[in-house]
Amino acid sequence: MDILNTYGAMLIGIAAVVGFLMAWGIGANDVANAMGTSVGSKALTIKQAIVIAMIFEFAGAYLAGGEVTSTIRKGIIDAAYFTDTPELLVYGMIASLLAAGLWLALASYLGWPVSTTHSIVGAIVGFAAVGVSADAVAWGKIGGIVGSWIVTPAISGFIAYLIFMSAQRLIFDTDNPFKNAKRFVPVYMALAGFVLSLVTIKKGLKHVGIQPGVFEGYMIAVIIAVIVAFIGRMFINRIKMDEKADHRMHYASVEKVFAILMIVTACCMAFAHGSNDVANAIGPLAAVVSVVEHGGEIAKKATLAWWILPLGGFGIVAGLALFGHRVIETIGKGITHLTPSRGFAAELAAASTVVIASGTGLPISTTQTLVGAVLGVGMARGIAALNLAVVRNIVVSWVITLPVGAGLSIVFFFMIKGVFA
Amino acid sequence: MPSNSFLGVFAKSPLKPLEKHIDLVHQCAQGLLPFFEAVFENNWQEAEDLQRKISKLEKQADAVKRELRMSLPSGIFMPINRQDLLDLLSQQDKIANRAKDISGRVIGRELQLPEAMHAQFVEYLTRCLDATGQAKIVINELDELLETGFKGREVRLVEGMISELDKIEDDTDAMQVKMRKMLRAMEGSMSPVDVIFLYDIIEWIGDLADISERVGSRLELMLAS
Repeated sequence: MDILNTYGAMLIGIAAVVGFLMAWGIGANDVANAMGTSVGSKALTIKQAIVIAMIFEFAGAYLAGGEVTSTIRKGIIDAAYFTDTPELLVYGMIASLLAAGLWLALASYLGWPVSTTHSIVGAIVGFAAVGVSADAVAWGKIGGIVGSWIVTPAISGFIAYLIFMSAQRLIFDTDNPFKNAKRFVPVYMALAGFVLSLVTIKKGLKHVGIQPGVFEGYMIAVIIAVIVAFIGRMFINRIKMDEKADHRMHYASVEKVFAILMIVTACCMAFAHGSNDVANAIGPLAAVVSVVEHGGEIAKKATLAWWILPLGGFGIVAGLALFGHRVIETIGKGITHLTPSRGFAAELAAASTVVIASGTGLPISTTQTLVGAVLGVGMARGIAALNLAVVRNIVVSWVITLPVGAGLSIVFFFMIKGVFA
Repeated sequence: MPSNSFLGVFAKSPLKPLEKHIDLVHQCAQGLLPFFEAVFENNWQEAEDLQRKISKLEKQADAVKRELRMSLPSGIFMPINRQDLLDLLSQQDKIANRAKDISGRVIGRELQLPEAMHAQFVEYLTRCLDATGQAKIVINELDELLETGFKGREVRLVEGMISELDKIEDDTDAMQVKMRKMLRAMEGSMSPVDVIFLYDIIEWIGDLADISERVGSRLELMLAS
């Protein structure tokens, strides 16, 4: 108890620094996943992608990042084990952030596709199980979280399959694909706008102090969706069919229409990523702040301190601003045959799955969801070639991340405990 | 970011190299037209140059073939069956090999056709090259097929093109019979060895169309699966 009173400000300071480091790592590591499909299919330039990522990652983190935060903060460990020794919780959360942040930095440097969610969940479980007691971990909830890592890619793959098939039915397999693209693409834009604004309204506006009713919420979401579709339509109408470049079916012109749609889904993806992954950085930080400010009492229902979400948001933006350029630059080269009409289906499916899952408070992995969505489009015979060996590597790296995160956080936990004891 | 990052999931498309390959193959086979023109003029110097050109294109096609095979490890997930694709590729490659064989054999023996056959022979060769041209058009539809997820009206369109290819091949069969008949009427006055080789050449030229038809039917199989 004394430790918390004596060193409270210092502990919060340390937690804020490592939390920022973690957020920075999330931005640096995941930006390629979130924005890569858009850049790879040439719908966006690198600069545009980074600007979009900055705005929408921050918006997602700030407006819709709260829900998952509380799961990371309270759902993984059983608070009852820390009532007598709240400082252990503080040490542990700082150790977890440090472990996950360093692991992310190392993985980004080496180019390994790790999951930010897995690294923080592994780290928290690690310090709680080994440093405190195996019973301190809420294993039931962990089961749910791990289960969601399997279920969400499957769901997102299924949604991607449906979206892609609907685009085939409505646009590609018709007499006049270009005309139908102009007609139906705004509908997809509206769908993207609807999902995004609904989640923001339902989950996010609390922080800003506005809370519309259920009906008003839906109405506002519908209005925003219509506005998005309308603006999209204006841009689409500017596209002229390139009669010369295309023979017969005009698919190249159709893809140009989808490229505009992809700008919308890229915003969606950045927003979804921000809303889901910011919690991995600020969840532990919020726990530290809450414990210290309540003088050691582990509050059941603590509000998030006002500065925590923006800190996470800025951290992510800083990470992608510094690293994003380098990372995204290397993307465009390798990808052939990822046309906007495929990229959009994958992105929209992944983003919808992530925002819906975030709404339930489950910390899922954005990358995993996106991989699931890409495989879904592949199942629909939409992508020329997918490298399953790489998919396997990615899965392996996710599995490895859990014990590594746990091991590192155990080491840091005992080090911090030793320093303050 | 190294290749095993998320974006490494997207492997290099095999369709572009396949299209590039058939383009080279068709170009290679097309070289037979100027080649035989030179032969008919007894301009063996020119014919030899043209033969080298054919052989060079065949080598380029070979290189594309090898590269494509290397880029298709068994862990690749594609909308089309990997084995079908490799079969298709080796059929395409046989067209270029045949073109090289034909020109090589003619050069090697300085093989000359009777004057009376020249006009009909060129007509026959042109029709066989129509078949390779049609095969090229069909293979170049792969992009559009991918856009439509290998189904729907684009598939029906390609099937129409393939039946056109079959028709061309039927034509060449009939022409081949006529060519052989002509040669038979004249063979008494010619060197028997040359005659035997000329029968071979006529058959090999027909092979160009035969193999092109096989390219089409492999693609049809791919679409059916």
